[in-house]
Amino acid sequence: MNAPLKEREQALMGIGESRLRKEDARFIQGKGNYVDDVKMPGMLHMDIVRSPLAHARIKRINKEAALAMPGVHAVLTADDLKPLKLHWMPTLAGDVQAVLADEKVVFQMQEVAIVIADDRYIAADAVEAVEVEYEELPVVINPFDALKPDAPVIREDLAGKTEGAHGARTHHNHIFTWEAGDKSSADAAFANAPVTVKQDMFYPRVHPCPLETCGCVASFDPVRGELTTYITSQAPHVVRTVVSMLSGIPESKVRIISPDIGGGFGNKVGVYPGYVCAIVASIVLGRPVKWVEDRIENLSSTAFARDYHMSGELAATPDGKITGLRVEVVADHGAFDACADPTKFPAGMFHIVSGSYDIPAAHCSVKGVYTNKAPGGVAYRCSFRVTEAVYLIERMVDVLAQKLGIDKAEIRARNFIRKDQFPYTSAFGFEYDSGDYHTALQKVLDAVDYKALRAEQAAKRADPNSPTLMGIGLVTFTEVVGAGPSKMCDILGVGMFDSCEIRVHPTGSAIARMGTITQGQGHQTTYAQIIATELGIPSEVIQVEEGDTSTAPYGLGTYGSRSTPVAGAAIALAARKIHAKARKIAAHLLEVAEGDLEWEVDRFKVRGDDSRFKTMKDISWAAYNQPPEGLEPGLEAVHYYDPPNFTYPFGIYLCVVDIDKATGETKIRRFYALDDCGTRINPMIIDGQIHGGLTEGFAVAMGQLLSFDEQGNIQGNSLMDYFVPTAVETPKWETDYTVTPSPHHPLGAKGVAESPHVGSIPTFTSAIVDALSHLGVTHVDMPHTAYRTWKELKRLGVAQ
Amino acid sequence: MIPPSFDYHAPSTVAEAVGLLAQLGDDAKILAGGHSLLPMMKLRFAEPAALIDLNRIDALRGVSEEGGLIRIGAMTTENQLIASDLLKAKVPLLPEAARQIADPQVRNRGTIGGDIAHGDPANDHPAIAMALEATLVLTGPNGERQVPATEFFLGTYFTAMEADEILTAILIQPFAPKTGYAYTKLKRKTGDWATAAAAVVMTMDGERVASVRIGLTNVAPTAMRASDAEQFLVGKSLDAVTLDEVARLVRAVAEPAADLRGDEEYKTAMAGEMTKRALRQAAERCR
Amino acid sequence: MSKKLVSMTINGNKVEEAVEPRTLLIHFLREKLNLTGAHIGCETSHCGACTVDIDGESVKSCTCLAVQCEGADIKTVEGLASGGVLHAVQEGFYKEHGLQCGFCTPGMLMRAYRLLQENPDPTEEEIRVGMSGNLCRCTGYQNIVKAVQYASRKLREPATDTVAA
Repeated sequence: MNAPLKEREQALMGIGESRLRKEDARFIQGKGNYVDDVKMPGMLHMDIVRSPLAHARIKRINKEAALAMPGVHAVLTADDLKPLKLHWMPTLAGDVQAVLADEKVVFQMQEVAIVIADDRYIAADAVEAVEVEYEELPVVINPFDALKPDAPVIREDLAGKTEGAHGARTHHNHIFTWEAGDKSSADAAFANAPVTVKQDMFYPRVHPCPLETCGCVASFDPVRGELTTYITSQAPHVVRTVVSMLSGIPESKVRIISPDIGGGFGNKVGVYPGYVCAIVASIVLGRPVKWVEDRIENLSSTAFARDYHMSGELAATPDGKITGLRVEVVADHGAFDACADPTKFPAGMFHIVSGSYDIPAAHCSVKGVYTNKAPGGVAYRCSFRVTEAVYLIERMVDVLAQKLGIDKAEIRARNFIRKDQFPYTSAFGFEYDSGDYHTALQKVLDAVDYKALRAEQAAKRADPNSPTLMGIGLVTFTEVVGAGPSKMCDILGVGMFDSCEIRVHPTGSAIARMGTITQGQGHQTTYAQIIATELGIPSEVIQVEEGDTSTAPYGLGTYGSRSTPVAGAAIALAARKIHAKARKIAAHLLEVAEGDLEWEVDRFKVRGDDSRFKTMKDISWAAYNQPPEGLEPGLEAVHYYDPPNFTYPFGIYLCVVDIDKATGETKIRRFYALDDCGTRINPMIIDGQIHGGLTEGFAVAMGQLLSFDEQGNIQGNSLMDYFVPTAVETPKWETDYTVTPSPHHPLGAKGVAESPHVGSIPTFTSAIVDALSHLGVTHVDMPHTAYRTWKELKRLGVAQ
Repeated sequence: MIPPSFDYHAPSTVAEAVGLLAQLGDDAKILAGGHSLLPMMKLRFAEPAALIDLNRIDALRGVSEEGGLIRIGAMTTENQLIASDLLKAKVPLLPEAARQIADPQVRNRGTIGGDIAHGDPANDHPAIAMALEATLVLTGPNGERQVPATEFFLGTYFTAMEADEILTAILIQPFAPKTGYAYTKLKRKTGDWATAAAAVVMTMDGERVASVRIGLTNVAPTAMRASDAEQFLVGKSLDAVTLDEVARLVRAVAEPAADLRGDEEYKTAMAGEMTKRALRQAAERCR
Repeated sequence: MSKKLVSMTINGNKVEEAVEPRTLLIHFLREKLNLTGAHIGCETSHCGACTVDIDGESVKSCTCLAVQCEGADIKTVEGLASGGVLHAVQEGFYKEHGLQCGFCTPGMLMRAYRLLQENPDPTEEEIRVGMSGNLCRCTGYQNIVKAVQYASRKLREPATDTVAA
């Protein structure tokens, strides 16, 4: 047992090791257990009748033909749910949403009726057989039109309701107006500014589109009065609370299980009508009911992201020092406000919009609006609305640089919050924990030889025969993740802590149960690494379990890059409780005082004496066998971690593009991503997360779009059109890092998975605009498809 | 997405298939690769009462040389076109184009005959067949008849094939030595249909075009030949001025439908651009 | 519509079942045979999560009828490992971190398995093109490319070490 220190360390596979993933064995052998893999005896299948119209009154629903089909067990409409008071449900954003359309439909593909049948084939046939008669109503798709005095009333159920969940409602299609910062000081900064710039931009409606769609298997046991539901949820404990509140079943008799999840990216945070319907159907029929949406349903009805119409302004000195920021947003929330944000933040953490910059005065306001579109507004691989905020400030800094003729790297360096200013309180009140932006920026500029790139670009611009336009995008972003301190953050009143329970077994192995749920992030691998380092138990013998509310401690789930910042801290602190007890046991076994012991990798030893020690394995056995007098047997701990602050990961991204003047196609020549996520737990997994986030960012910037025609018909809602790049389209990524630990996180870790999505999207736009900037272009809206880029080239007279 | 119910027939001979088609009439649809038909059925845009699956008819597969012509069985898959040494030697445009269609898995199922017979202007083979001046062999109750590809496409999803006929083969004249060719396709991503595409088959006499045929994909209600551009090109060298004029002539005849790939203006412009690129590449191959 | 009897070989086992003609192969595998490795991601033959190997070709089983597979020899991800040892493509995806949520993985593996028989020593570009019928939302493909390269090396120069299934 006296192997060299290094060997003992490596045997643990703890923090900092690129440990191969524990979860892979089942996935590579087809033994994953996703929700559609769940089968139960007597299970029925549910399918949904959806509205073909975006706004219409339901005149009549005829179920007869469907009910007459062999194998059809039930057809339910809002009228059937009414007696159970389940035809409407609360949303996470303080609104209500129709579970099944109540008297009218307010967006295309809205849930109108459900059919329950023996199998999914019969259910699909029965959906076709349900006859619904509609009377069309005028449709409003554009949020600015929706706010006109004579705009159609979308939400008749809110008639006369002048006070919403987030303050006064000033119009029948107005949801809220939310403000942050200090308007008067911001206005003063602008009044006195020698330089100001303003830019409007639209961040279009997109969808997280995980490869697995949403679904559930609900099973109500009428004898026991217990409800078990397998569900594709990023927040199973919250779902349990919601289901209990809705159904009246005691929370102790509701068991929510998130099995393996085929990607979430924010799509699987909310509670959808389909889940509620399947649960109701199971209660009504007394049999398990499975519902799995298809891809078109997924893209059309469950949780879009973004749809922010933004207008930004910067005030500055002539040498480019930013003195003020003002932002106004009109936020299209669709027909119900079903955003998934912490309760008090209807625009999420949008007020991170001052970015990585020391801006003394700032104000933003966000106006939420109803339209005849699907509800949502989730954080698509980002912390709540941080993507939109980072996009705005990064675009604005470019616009200012352009106006002043200052290089975009230089203007950033002039405005960065300096290393010595941390912890730094922004004009919006965020307390940035740590950062070293200047060092990171310089590292990237050196790595890509920025000067040479600019020289190449100048040469290309001087050549009228060049078939391409070269652009260099640069973004220096800061994220706010790890929601969050419960004094600020809650979901439906539950504080946004997270939890961990660790049990160390007599033979020295351990199990940890968590309130989070992995969807590909590799929690079963990385969480074990944290425990391994904290407790000196090899990762290999540490089991990590998540997702079953009957066994796991309550937690708020995995989204908003909160797993490492919040749950990661809970693990460390639960482990430290065990560590403290282990020290007592070791002292007892070694017959010394606790103060005479020192911890070394996997053991306590008597200070200065390598021969007298007790390993964690020895201590585990003793904990169950001969604990010191007065100490409880066993070796386990639970910790609920309420973070004192958010964490603020940052990154410097640089991208080089070449735009084909004839077709508008953009080639991503190079993309260099430097991330600083504080302490790095598993570098292999971090790199994988960054590759994935960059690829999703590429998809959003270059092609993803859910658009609507004037009648409210959704466009591009299958993978025929909706842009999910293949290996051919996806660029090759170069990654780099610096390490600036978070001072308030027990491990110094900040979270990483969302940075590459948040940071890359404005980098692509920055590059596209950079390619056109010599022609006076300050901004081009996404997506940067060949078609849209060509239209811009044509407008500028440079299309060949 | 679940298709509606249907009866399924898998004949093993063409005669059997033609007989079934006669017997089942309009309620039946021919199933080739299925990558257009099955999704349409899953979306319930198509609800045939019966499918006649041609995949069991071995005689409909394969590439051969008969009587100085290349004969391609209608059920030959895209990947079989890509792998065919005969095509690589005699009609290399086809393997090149097939690589740009769909994705590796879909190319194992998708067939040249299904692609043509569907009559969709977004499909790639119609314009290629027109540029190749291919002959289509249709088999019906009264036996075989041949229709030039240039006369086959009458409208979107509307062809010269009668309801009781099956497309059984495609006949193509092998390329003469030094025939240049290219298929240039602008698409949004792998697996997408063309925003616009151009197929070119060309011979040159020194620096001048001796003969040229240009087929255009997805820029009109049917695949089409750019006849004006072809006529203009004969005798010209492919300099920038000529290519610009060709692009203008192509744009003049394009009448694309706007969709998420682009509006009429963009697609029209891209028809011209893809033609220019195909001509340049074909010219390289004439040497 | 009457059911039809189909028989085929799946992962070396003879299977005979009566199915409705409209039964899609993916549902036949998942629902009738409990082979839930292949997944349904898009249903329009774009994502490749349902990819299986039929008579030596990669096929998207969401766009293929079970009745079309009469007499076919089918391999699914469940049949990749043999003799208690992972196939080289499985090992490659594990060693190179070629998967995250795992949902696309069975389709990716089956495509990579066939690709490396079509082209045992592909270049990076050939791998990207060869895998372009399979979508992944998590990895950004970079490590999938590495995983296929790993498997290619391993299959060409079989090492003695293997990874147990």
